[in-house]
Amino acid sequence: MLQTMRDYLRSLLLLELFQGLGVTGRYLFKTKFTVQYPEEKAPLSPRFRGLHALRRYENGEERCIACKLCEATCPALAITIEAEPRADGSRRTTRYDIDLFKCIFCGFCEESCPVDSIVETSCYEYCFEERGEHIMTKERLLAIGDQYEAEIAAARAADAPYR
Amino acid sequence: MIELWNSLPEVIRILLKIVVILAPLMGLVAYYTLAERKIIGYMQIRIGPNRVGPRGLLQPIADAVKLMFKEIILPTRADKTLFIIAPLLTLAPALAAWAVFPFDENLVLADINAGLLYILALTSLGVYGVIIAGWASNSKYALLGALRSGAQIVAYEIAMGFALVGVLVAAGSLNLGDIVRAQSGNVFTWFWLPLLPLFLIYFISGLAETNRAPFDVAEGESEIVAGFHVEYSGMTFAVFFLGEYANMILISALSATLFLGGWLSPLPAAWVEGVFPLDSGFHWLLLKTFFFMFLFLWFRATFPRYRYDQIMRLGWKVFIPITIVWILVVGLAVVYKLPPWWSA
Repeated sequence: MLQTMRDYLRSLLLLELFQGLGVTGRYLFKTKFTVQYPEEKAPLSPRFRGLHALRRYENGEERCIACKLCEATCPALAITIEAEPRADGSRRTTRYDIDLFKCIFCGFCEESCPVDSIVETSCYEYCFEERGEHIMTKERLLAIGDQYEAEIAAARAADAPYR
Repeated sequence: MIELWNSLPEVIRILLKIVVILAPLMGLVAYYTLAERKIIGYMQIRIGPNRVGPRGLLQPIADAVKLMFKEIILPTRADKTLFIIAPLLTLAPALAAWAVFPFDENLVLADINAGLLYILALTSLGVYGVIIAGWASNSKYALLGALRSGAQIVAYEIAMGFALVGVLVAAGSLNLGDIVRAQSGNVFTWFWLPLLPLFLIYFISGLAETNRAPFDVAEGESEIVAGFHVEYSGMTFAVFFLGEYANMILISALSATLFLGGWLSPLPAAWVEGVFPLDSGFHWLLLKTFFFMFLFLWFRATFPRYRYDQIMRLGWKVFIPITIVWILVVGLAVVYKLPPWWSA
């Protein structure tokens, strides 16, 4: 009986509603979390897994030795590799395609690579304007690697102690 | 100046008066929408629109231009005439009600004796727009929204009417200016204190009347898409929008006038006579109106939508009994001249 009376009074005095108003009232003055995207960007971890790239050694030789470990480990079957011996006798890929529509950005290819050739860069601002552009060919992957080499190397170095 | 004014034809004078009231009102409506997005954004720890113009200040203009250039789509087998008339029916009463509204001691367009009745009549007319829109759209969601809105208005109209009866008993007049003058004194002689339950019920019924959260079942985003205005687009939708916000401003201004002493200063008149910002005047009315307008947004950011049966329970089983009891209390207080409100 007393409990019912108390509940009744509580609902009549709108106590809980005022509590709710208090919460939103406090949040009105809190620091806002919004990141103003094109001008500001959220910080990225050196482990961030974005667009793929194929790296080269400092002398310009491509790292990839066509071991196909990435192709084997890829859970989404996004990687297709064909390989042949090059004129100098070393084993190289003739085709290295990543289908970005299939790719789930798990980073297993990067983990599996014995020569740190295939990596995922921190680039996440890319788009496709034509049909078929989602297949990243060897040339494009190498170009991305050339473009972002400094960043890629820095990210690897930063993360190296934890690997 | 006066001669020039008197030399104008009657029609022009009336039109000028209308423009003088409506132009600032429309500007206020436009920026109220921006304020809503900003304030609710702030309450959700984000910053709201800020891309159009400095700090997003041109956003309402961009919105208006967008809506003007959009196509108005008539649903097949919709009732064309009613479909077009409906949004106007929600907007027109919200604007017409300002005719009897006292902005200042002397500043009122039509100083009529039945002002409160006129206001009550017009604020209830708005729902016809909603119901007609729901019916004319030939859509089940719109019809459901209209039905809900109709039932809700019937329930809350009564509580609102009783709250207003309390005000007129307390003030002894139906003229809005006289109602404000009856509250003169200081902040404690305003009607919000002796009529506190009626004040709360009036404002909450006002929320219901304008179909604002937490009473927005007529719109019911998550249940019936957009309720009565699902089928509306472009300018017809914009007019609904204008009507809703104009109604919110009207309810805010009325709450300020009926319960918070309208243009009166909260300090006793003898203290602040002639001292501008503290003296009674239009700026106090504006301040009080803004307070209620902010409450509308604050409530929307805070409360989830009432369930339909909860709305009905609150309206019929809580508000109406409370108002009836409080009218009796007010009546007794007036008859026995309870100080400080009715001692004179």
